[in-house]
Amino acid sequence: MSELETSKVGVNGHECRVWRKGTGPSIGYLAGLAGLPKWPLFADALAKEHQVIAPSVPGFPGAEGHRELDTTLDWIVAMRELLNGADLEGPPLVGVSIGATLAAEVAAMWPHKVEKLVLVAPFGIYDEAEPTESPWAQQGQEFAGLFCNNADAYSDFIRRPNDADPVEWPIEMARAREASARLLWPMGDTRIARRLHRIICPTLIIWGADDRVIPRSYAKKFAEAISGPTELVEIANAGHLVDLDQPEALAEEVLRFLR
Amino acid sequence: MKQLWFHLMPYTDLPEDFRDNHPSVWVDVHSSLFDPRKAHGMYNDFMDELEYAADCGFDGICVNEHHSNGYGLMPSPNLIASSLARRTSDAALCVMGNSLALYNPPTRVAEEFAMIDCISGGRLIAGFPVGTPMDTCYAYGQNPSMLRERYLEAHDLVMKAWKEPETFSFNGRYNQQRYVNIWPRPVQNDPHPPVWIPGGGSVETWQWCAEMDYVYCYLSYYGYKAGMATMKGFWEEMDRLGKDKNPYRAGFLQFVGVAETEEEAYKLYKEPAEYFYGRCLHVDPRYATPPGYTTEATMRAGIQGQVSRVASDNKTALAVDKKAREFDAILDNGYVIIGTPDQVADKLKEVARELHVGQLMLLLQYGNMSRDVAMYNTKLYADHVLPQLKDMWDDEWENRWWPKPMAQGQRSIPLPRTLEAAE
Repeated sequence: MSELETSKVGVNGHECRVWRKGTGPSIGYLAGLAGLPKWPLFADALAKEHQVIAPSVPGFPGAEGHRELDTTLDWIVAMRELLNGADLEGPPLVGVSIGATLAAEVAAMWPHKVEKLVLVAPFGIYDEAEPTESPWAQQGQEFAGLFCNNADAYSDFIRRPNDADPVEWPIEMARAREASARLLWPMGDTRIARRLHRIICPTLIIWGADDRVIPRSYAKKFAEAISGPTELVEIANAGHLVDLDQPEALAEEVLRFLR
Repeated sequence: MKQLWFHLMPYTDLPEDFRDNHPSVWVDVHSSLFDPRKAHGMYNDFMDELEYAADCGFDGICVNEHHSNGYGLMPSPNLIASSLARRTSDAALCVMGNSLALYNPPTRVAEEFAMIDCISGGRLIAGFPVGTPMDTCYAYGQNPSMLRERYLEAHDLVMKAWKEPETFSFNGRYNQQRYVNIWPRPVQNDPHPPVWIPGGGSVETWQWCAEMDYVYCYLSYYGYKAGMATMKGFWEEMDRLGKDKNPYRAGFLQFVGVAETEEEAYKLYKEPAEYFYGRCLHVDPRYATPPGYTTEATMRAGIQGQVSRVASDNKTALAVDKKAREFDAILDNGYVIIGTPDQVADKLKEVARELHVGQLMLLLQYGNMSRDVAMYNTKLYADHVLPQLKDMWDDEWENRWWPKPMAQGQRSIPLPRTLEAAE
């Protein structure tokens, strides 16, 4: 497998990091609530069959500029510029959590520019009858256990490597939380339900069987609203951030769908 | 020295097991704990107390804004202030304040404050807090990542609405108004009512207050010992910015209990203090840190502080326990100052000198303190403590941040409410 390559894309005057690894057909990977402080196992598993392109979304590790974005439309347009700059105008998109929200928003806005879509537990809808858990009304030590079945998977993912700046690293992790809140506060409803019907590409919808943030029943809400052919898959022993809890099992499903 | 009487308006009937069996006094405090008939009595007692404080000679009376809060029953402090404007004649009315980002459009604040200033004949102090996370982000659903910018923009809009004589349009990032032209306008129009900013310990707030020439108020419930580090930081920053050391630039809040003897003070104020620190400050920590509420600069300063403290192993920083709930610990930590009038006056003089504050805000009703005890506390303070502190600073400094009301002879006096008067 090739080495990790880094490049930059400018969005609203801010540089966003783009990571690339692997050979084969390109796919885009948009990570979950923590963004990509590190190259994750899940992306490595995908890179066995694809060139995985992982752009950093404004505000998440590797990119700033979330404070330029006030409305959902601002976010969608920024994503278009980021994806274009990362050569992702057309290839399949794989998104997790907030990354899945953004992938779905882009696919709804430009239905012909996403070949295939994988949505892993996207935010975007809020049903009062089955409310989502707030990712922002938690104490520090509660995040890991809320986001992942295996709390260590999350804690390890955001843990500072020895060579990282001890002041800037925690600020970068906090910034990712702020960026997610900036788009999704207060309840994660981007009104995407009004646009989902515009998604026409084949879409794989995946949920962790133990997701404690977004009820599993939301998978059906997305599937029913999307116009393209949809497939629903549940991954055992996984919480909200399936890519951290079950990287291999998730990659297997995604690779199968993309073949 | 200005001495202002501050009311939080706490619900005084939270159950004894509140801390153990209820998650939070704020945001999701349960409605079954609220008895509107009892609240009728509380509101009227509290307003009696505020009016009494004004009658007793306090320089100002203060109200503030909280939402979904069991220790602060004033979602709209302006409602209380408008009543106080009628029922008091000389005291400054310090509305501490309106959380600007919560008002849509923010010109509502410019209008209501102008009404209070007109009704009171120019006695308003306009407080503009950002607002706590619990009030703004959780109870009112504001986006924490946008809160400060919204606040600053709303501030600019309100100030312009007060000062600009012509109808103007405002095309802000968060507010668009084609026609801004508020009626009424404040009595204090040279150039506007004094502005006080309640804040935590963020450097940006200090810098902003200095730049705008506003009063910075540190409204902590943890007293003078815990306030020392913050106020020291504030004055160092003023110094760095080349501002004078005028103590009237700064306000500080202190809980106080005065009695004839020390023993009596201990007996009278133990229960209300323990009620306040035990039940009223029982806030679910999940609601304390919405992402984006704390700026990166403040976070960076905090982390660097920790890093350098660890590095130099310097443990000299005065650490004040903020979890005390027993009266002895509450007193030891300086959250509440109690004693005879002379003891309290001596202590407050020392506090004012050390923190270097000219606008001293006093909480003389707290927790479930009854109206009788609150009035007793108020009266003793006004008669015996207030006069001892009153002249502090005035030989050296001018309070440029105090209301300039209409002359007494020009101000209306409300008609007495008798049948005869009505006829």
